[in-house]
Amino acid sequence: MFKIVTKRVLSAVNKLMEIEAPLVARKARPGQFIILRVRENGERIPLTVADSSKERGTITIIFQEIGKTTKELGSLQEGDYLSDFVGPLGRPMELPSSGRVVAVGGGVGIAPIYPKVKAFYDAGLEVISIIGARTADLLILEDEMRAVSSELHICTDDGTKGHHGFVSDLLQPLLDDTSKKIDEIIAVGPLPMMRVVAEQTRPYGVKTLVSLNPIMVDGTGMCGCCRVTVGGETKFSCVDGPVFDAHQVDFAELTRRSRTYLDKEKIALEKFEHECRCGGEK
Amino acid sequence: MPLEAEQVKLLRKMKEKHPMPEQDHAERIKNFNEVPFGYDAETAVKEAMRCLQCKDPACVEGCPVEVDIPAFIKLIQEERFAEGIKKLKEKNNLPAVCGRVCPQESQCESFCLRGKKGQPVAIGRLERFLADYELAKGVETPAGPDRTGRRVAIVGSGPAGLTAAGDLARMGHEVVLFEAFHSTGGVLRYGIPEFRLPKEKILQREVDYIAGLGVDFRKNVVIGKTITVDELFDEEGFDAVFIGTGAGLPQFLGIPGENLNGVYSANEFLTRVNLMKAYLFPEWDTPIKLAKKVAVVGAGNVAMDSARTALRLGAEEVHIVYRRSDKEMPARAEEIEHAKEEGVIFNLLTNPIEIISDENGWVKGMECMKMELGEPDDSGRARPVPIKGSEFIFDVGTVVIAIGNSPNPLIPQTTSGLELGRKGTIKADDNGATSRRGVYAGGDIVTGAATVILAMGAGKTAARAIDRYLKSL
Repeated sequence: MFKIVTKRVLSAVNKLMEIEAPLVARKARPGQFIILRVRENGERIPLTVADSSKERGTITIIFQEIGKTTKELGSLQEGDYLSDFVGPLGRPMELPSSGRVVAVGGGVGIAPIYPKVKAFYDAGLEVISIIGARTADLLILEDEMRAVSSELHICTDDGTKGHHGFVSDLLQPLLDDTSKKIDEIIAVGPLPMMRVVAEQTRPYGVKTLVSLNPIMVDGTGMCGCCRVTVGGETKFSCVDGPVFDAHQVDFAELTRRSRTYLDKEKIALEKFEHECRCGGEK
Repeated sequence: MPLEAEQVKLLRKMKEKHPMPEQDHAERIKNFNEVPFGYDAETAVKEAMRCLQCKDPACVEGCPVEVDIPAFIKLIQEERFAEGIKKLKEKNNLPAVCGRVCPQESQCESFCLRGKKGQPVAIGRLERFLADYELAKGVETPAGPDRTGRRVAIVGSGPAGLTAAGDLARMGHEVVLFEAFHSTGGVLRYGIPEFRLPKEKILQREVDYIAGLGVDFRKNVVIGKTITVDELFDEEGFDAVFIGTGAGLPQFLGIPGENLNGVYSANEFLTRVNLMKAYLFPEWDTPIKLAKKVAVVGAGNVAMDSARTALRLGAEEVHIVYRRSDKEMPARAEEIEHAKEEGVIFNLLTNPIEIISDENGWVKGMECMKMELGEPDDSGRARPVPIKGSEFIFDVGTVVIAIGNSPNPLIPQTTSGLELGRKGTIKADDNGATSRRGVYAGGDIVTGAATVILAMGAGKTAARAIDRYLKSL
């Protein structure tokens, strides 16, 4: 059993939890993820490691309450326990040795981009961060991102904070500024956002990485559920990724595969919400 | 009640095994309950009487874990069941599992003298009888031996790991078993379906028995990620490590359309159903999607398990698609028989060449070619050769690829000093010793995908070698 030692509400739909998992904390590096189960008959869901502390023996996760499992996770309190928590899984992200990096985080994708930006910053790289959300209330980790970025640009779809528009709008001038070379771009967010960024940077030939979060079961390479086509080859996101070259990823296939269980997810969520309303067992 | 001498004489002449009652096939495809019910005591005693108690028993040679088969059968003949199970467990820590999933027809029973004229003694069914007898009565844990003070780490809680762990604990070593999943048993848990090996009623109880022997289970630990093998020695203070991580990397066909929605590896399909209990969705959270028509590619035991699982999930039509003929099918005869009884349709000499998409990226069909058999290939089996112009489209909505698994590369990639074999296996000698001192390996990680009992045999052999190694330290 894995104890929830801290819980913070970041926005109406985003929550942060610090989980006691000393073995995982000892090893976790930026780019890696964990898999958890809330309780015995729960599903296994992957979440990116948002932060880790060897000293405290904890892993921080940030999640958006979208489906049944994330809503149920969000309903737990400090002091409660998760039945399973395993990791760190996936390959750690490789750090460029020097240069200028642009980090793009959209929505809940700001959470997984944060540890990467922090690692760049700690390594002495210049990091320009762009974060965006649908609306100001959903913008998370602004202060944390500012603390580890050389520059921070903000946008919201509805204009309630920062630039009124999308992260791609803010990325464009950086791409066009030929006086300042960008060595690497990393983008994490909803699939449509990562796809847009990939297409946007492709003509500029700038190395662009994305961190994928496809459906997974085991997370150790044994089921192949998370397979994704990268450069024409099938890769397993859990062991070959989750960070891949954005220009090589088949986003159309990935988007399609991520929708495999939409109808079942709806059934599970409706059942959960019904039980909550009726005061049934959670 | 003891049998009359006259009755015994007749039983000794009986050419066929006593049949084992089982669920009717029309009924059983609607549930996940176990198919065979097992022998009752009376039938077990009668079947045991068919054993001639050979002076020089050949059956034992066919048992990878060296069970004293005539001895336990004699105890059944004498209705001394409690002693019988003790005898069995001297060698086999998982009798209820083996009695169900061992391919006895190609192991012990293939050596049985009775098999020369008629059917061999039903050794597997008798093993199962004793194991179930004990489970019903309450399992006895043997007294712990003196502790040696040596520590062994076992990686993977499948059949090889469980066997090595149990044996080493009984030798007095401190044993810690690491499992990556949230639940123990390895392929016995995620691969073999409930209707062949009930999870709570049978598997969990045998795992509990191993725990009772003193094995410390640590779930949710991925060796190679959470802790490396090097760290097990350097930081965690283990004296030896046994690697039994199996063959968990699914192979795909490499044909167009394999990443369409509705294509599963058998590993994913079975893991969702067996480990994650997708057949109980939404009571259990993990879903599975199945079309009315399902094709399972391959004809091994895993393919049969997948096909029979698909039927129970409500598929209307389930097809096995296999590129060779019925003679080459690698599955056990019993599994093929059960699949046929249940209505699985066999499409032999048929090879998929492309999986076809509907407008939304879901499987709507599979293009196949008819094959004919040519000269034998490297494996000694006749090579399937495509028949020109025989392409046709199979109308299916779900495809399960069950053409085999390779060893999982996580440990080989992260452990120093391990010599590897072809196809990512770990090289080990006949005792399970690898190229690295103190590191032993056994089961599918060494042999490539094989059977539960061979993995158990490897676990047993390695346990003995590890014991010798620890005593030499």
